[in-house]
Amino acid sequence: MDRLIEKWQDKITEVRIGATKEQGGTRGKNITIGGETGIYFIKDEDKCPNPPAIAMEVWDMEPSEAWSETLKSCFGAALKDPAEWAKMCVEKFSADMICLRLAGTNPDTKNDSPEKAGKTLEKILKAVSVPLVVIGGSSPEKDNEVMVHCAEVSRGENCLFGIATQENYKTLAAACLSGGHSIISEAPIDINIAKQLNILICDMQFPADKIVIHHATGALGYGLEYTYSIMERTRLAGLSGDKMLSMPMISFVGHETWRTKEAKSGDETAKEWGSAKDRGILLESATAAAYINVGADILVMNHPKAVEETKKMITKLCKA
Amino acid sequence: MLIIGERINGMFKDVAEAIKKKDKTAIQDLAKKQLSCGASALDVNVGPASDDPKKAMEWLVKVITEVTDAPLAIDTTNKNVMEAGLALCKSKPIINSANANQEKMDSLFALAKKYKASIIALTMDKAGIPKDADGRLELAMKIVASAMERDINTSELYIDAVILPVNVAQFQAKEVLRAIREVKLLSDPAPKTILGLSNVSQGAPAGRKGLINRTFLSMAIASGLDAAIMDATDAELSNTAITAELLMEKQLYCDSYLDAYKKS
Repeated sequence: MDRLIEKWQDKITEVRIGATKEQGGTRGKNITIGGETGIYFIKDEDKCPNPPAIAMEVWDMEPSEAWSETLKSCFGAALKDPAEWAKMCVEKFSADMICLRLAGTNPDTKNDSPEKAGKTLEKILKAVSVPLVVIGGSSPEKDNEVMVHCAEVSRGENCLFGIATQENYKTLAAACLSGGHSIISEAPIDINIAKQLNILICDMQFPADKIVIHHATGALGYGLEYTYSIMERTRLAGLSGDKMLSMPMISFVGHETWRTKEAKSGDETAKEWGSAKDRGILLESATAAAYINVGADILVMNHPKAVEETKKMITKLCKA
Repeated sequence: MLIIGERINGMFKDVAEAIKKKDKTAIQDLAKKQLSCGASALDVNVGPASDDPKKAMEWLVKVITEVTDAPLAIDTTNKNVMEAGLALCKSKPIINSANANQEKMDSLFALAKKYKASIIALTMDKAGIPKDADGRLELAMKIVASAMERDINTSELYIDAVILPVNVAQFQAKEVLRAIREVKLLSDPAPKTILGLSNVSQGAPAGRKGLINRTFLSMAIASGLDAAIMDATDAELSNTAITAELLMEKQLYCDSYLDAYKKS
């Protein structure tokens, strides 16, 4: 019997992150994501033109005790120096991109100034040549100040800036437009608001091919299935011709996984959970596996071993 | 839904005038206006008054394709005029229209093959328009069978169950709706369904036409209608079509769904 090949009306928009010298930036290469012609990895439906990219997370401050020892031990002293940390992720752990989380700018942590955040960003741009994702410190008001400054100091580099929400998108979108960057639009688990937000951003003359969707990320056991089904609906709508949902998607797999007690706690917590050394890595890899299957185009990850496993999986799936 | 704008038709005075004076801006403006209001294809009809319909059709297609790549529905009963129009189309054209007469199907299905065109076919034959859904379905089956014999993909076929003015044949509206639902069962892939919508309000008072068109269109969309030739510049009508489709879950809801539809 012949295999039934689904013919989709449209394909997912291709988004390029990073700008090389010729494109007005200083990146050694850029990365194109999206372009799927069908559901990820279905033979003969999705041509898999651009495999999912992995961005490793780097903070502008040393992560607090909230980070597990398992995670901290991978980076050692580099955690004190964002540029060294970024370099290690690219050179030692083969990250395709770096995701700078400006956690230190949050008034509840170090309340670092926009200028300080900008300096960190500049250092990372000098230290590594891969494209960058830059996200704020989860304080909408402060983020607006920080992001405007960061978008300016990285002008022309076509970084992927986040995170725009329905309540707070105008400042970030304007800053990205002016600095020539791409943007992450986020509507937590609400596909209708996701579509609306993309329309609002496009209404500011923002090009649709510079938008990446984030639906919020649920870690395995913490709402992954809700996020998964919203992402699946988004992808199906995009492939069916809905231009306002045909953008690539990003998942913050590492950050969400390593917040869970199963990933963070040590050996003493519960013996039946297995060794603390492996647990978080397995959870992060399993969460990543789910998201790449539903069509995540960028996975932001933390643990080098989980990155390695996920990369192997992507290579295998793309070949199959 | 495929909205085919009906305004470029020589039956309208402004279009007849533009054809006569070779006023290409008037035609191009009409094309752009319909597309911006929600039409994704345009009907092109030179009208009855043209001295040289073939030349007029060529001119119309030429000036329209200068400003848009949208598909054109070449609307004529004359085979030569039809072919002249099809030959100049830049995007996949639509033939408007065949019916259940064998000779008509023979000649127009051949053109559909030659120009890789979709084709609209009316459920009428030499005996006229059937009075009920069953009669329409019988003719639709004849059309579908004939298309299949000629190896035309049935999903390229738009069956028009022919709506008559409500002030002339009131009882037929519900028959047309039943035909729209049941045409879908005739083949796999199912043929598509289309209506020449404005006919339903022909002869009704000007102040009621829009309301009748809107109401019937949303009823037809709820019955599974795939396409309509209609006045896309009637914003209320286009918005009704888009909203009815939204309620049928053909589009994902968002607050700006009307803009979203018009942009995609």
